[in-house]
Amino acid sequence: MDESILSQLTASPSTTVRPILETRRLSLQFGRQVVLKDISVQINKGETVAIIGESGCGKTMFLKSLVGLLKPTFGSVIFDDHDIQKLTDREMTNLRKRFGFVFQNAALFDSMTISQNVAFPLRQHGVPKGKTASTLISDRLAEVGLPSNVLPKRPSQLSGGMRKRVGLARALILEPDLLLYDEPTTGLDPIMSDVINELMMRTRKRYPVTSIIVTHDMHSARKVADRIIMLYPYSRLERGESQILFDGPPAMLDKTQDRRVKQFVNGEAGERLMEMLSARGKGHPDTLNLTDAFDDDPENEE
Amino acid sequence: MATDPYPNEGPTSNRPFPGLHRVIYVWGTVVVQGIATLGDISLFAFQMFGWMFRARPKRETLMPNFYAIGVLSLPVVALTGTFIGMVLAIQSYHQFKSIGMETRLGAVINMSLVRELGPVLAATMLAGRVGSAMAAVLGTMRVTEQIDALVSMGANPIHYLVVPRFMACMLLIPALTVMADFMGIVGGYFYSVIVLGIDHAQYLRNSRDFVGGFDLFSGIFKSVFFGATIAIVSCYRGFHCEPGAEGVGRAATAAFVQSFVMILALDIVLNLFLDAVYFTIWPTGAKLF
Repeated sequence: MDESILSQLTASPSTTVRPILETRRLSLQFGRQVVLKDISVQINKGETVAIIGESGCGKTMFLKSLVGLLKPTFGSVIFDDHDIQKLTDREMTNLRKRFGFVFQNAALFDSMTISQNVAFPLRQHGVPKGKTASTLISDRLAEVGLPSNVLPKRPSQLSGGMRKRVGLARALILEPDLLLYDEPTTGLDPIMSDVINELMMRTRKRYPVTSIIVTHDMHSARKVADRIIMLYPYSRLERGESQILFDGPPAMLDKTQDRRVKQFVNGEAGERLMEMLSARGKGHPDTLNLTDAFDDDPENEE
Repeated sequence: MATDPYPNEGPTSNRPFPGLHRVIYVWGTVVVQGIATLGDISLFAFQMFGWMFRARPKRETLMPNFYAIGVLSLPVVALTGTFIGMVLAIQSYHQFKSIGMETRLGAVINMSLVRELGPVLAATMLAGRVGSAMAAVLGTMRVTEQIDALVSMGANPIHYLVVPRFMACMLLIPALTVMADFMGIVGGYFYSVIVLGIDHAQYLRNSRDFVGGFDLFSGIFKSVFFGATIAIVSCYRGFHCEPGAEGVGRAATAAFVQSFVMILALDIVLNLFLDAVYFTIWPTGAKLF
């Protein structure tokens, strides 16, 4: 492996200061619903950043905004000195060679075989010089621990964990600079979740890649990331508060004094349960019938 | 609890005519949404035409669509075409026999088929068989993030998914129309001549005298527009599918219903246009009797 790549890999995140990706006051709104408001972050080359937060806080939307899958309402995304909103279609297509996106449910194309799925980026952008498509495909599949006999199969014939690994192999095929994972361990058993965690760590060691992982799996975030950013739903914030409640190394999570961060990290329902119950009291139609569930408890019976 | 149908309007009890306001609001919303959807579909179609000429679609995306849309639709179009030809003969025979002109059945059946029923039938079958399937496939791809995956890997989803479907629908529907016409003519001939015993030579002579090249052309000409409409409406519905299984189902249904309505609306406009062209070229027109 190249010496410069090795040095980048061994360097600690704090020593690599050049941001490869930066968002400036990134805001996203659908109609009147504000999803993201003034998110400004810098992600340095080689970093592995986990973005955590409860469901509906906008973390997947944030991830999709980074690679132009969603257009921000306001603000900008700068990738390697390019403002991605100002790029032409052709420039954006070329830039996409440098992104790898691992989707939540892998998003493999049903109409194609595994081999065709993994080769798709090669068909779009061409095979890198000095390599052959078949070698690249089998190498990437081997890296994610899949045998070559899956190549002619269809995505529907594979398990969830295998599909996610194929999704990772597809994202890695062009050796991207930026790898984005959308909830990579969601829906997997604990063993397969850890396999994916290990694969993410091995990928980082093997390639000089910057990774952004959107997850609400705290075990995964602590294990894989060297920086954690916690987003909070905009609608629940106090006036003037930042949507980023926490931004720092995993070790600092336990030292934070913010009640909301502690609540998320420790997985406590807290005031949310009471909110649901009081919403039901007000006749809110969408509320869970929680008190009825408690009524069924034999201990509550007189 | 009843939900407020217009939640952004604030309290309405202090308005002078709350009932009237409500009616205007509801209908106004429907009209505005309709216009917005029409504008959206137009933009979608413009984007699609742009991509059609900007980059040639790949063979690997074209051929499966040509096969699914053209080849696999052929049997059902042929079968329904045959039935329609026979039904026309059954329905018209007694009226024509009562005035002693049953030999003119050939002209009536074949004229109706090539000008109207062939293209509309082929388009209806295509909308039902292919249009709703296209909307369901694209809708599922949208819901399962496969369209996002295409974009993230540098492929334009309109170029990759819509252009091949559009080309297949537009280029192959004339062939399906010709098949519907032909099988309808065969079905009508079979019932009229073989079953009802109308004179073979007179039946054919009347058909030849009254059904001209322009009639055949007008049917095929219209079918191209029908095919284009089916592809655009169905792909648009698939692309704008709401999440979940219900969303995909709604997209598939909407694709068929809206395509069908558009086909019939377009049929009126195209018939008026073609009639104007016909009477400009042949001012005296053709006479059936």
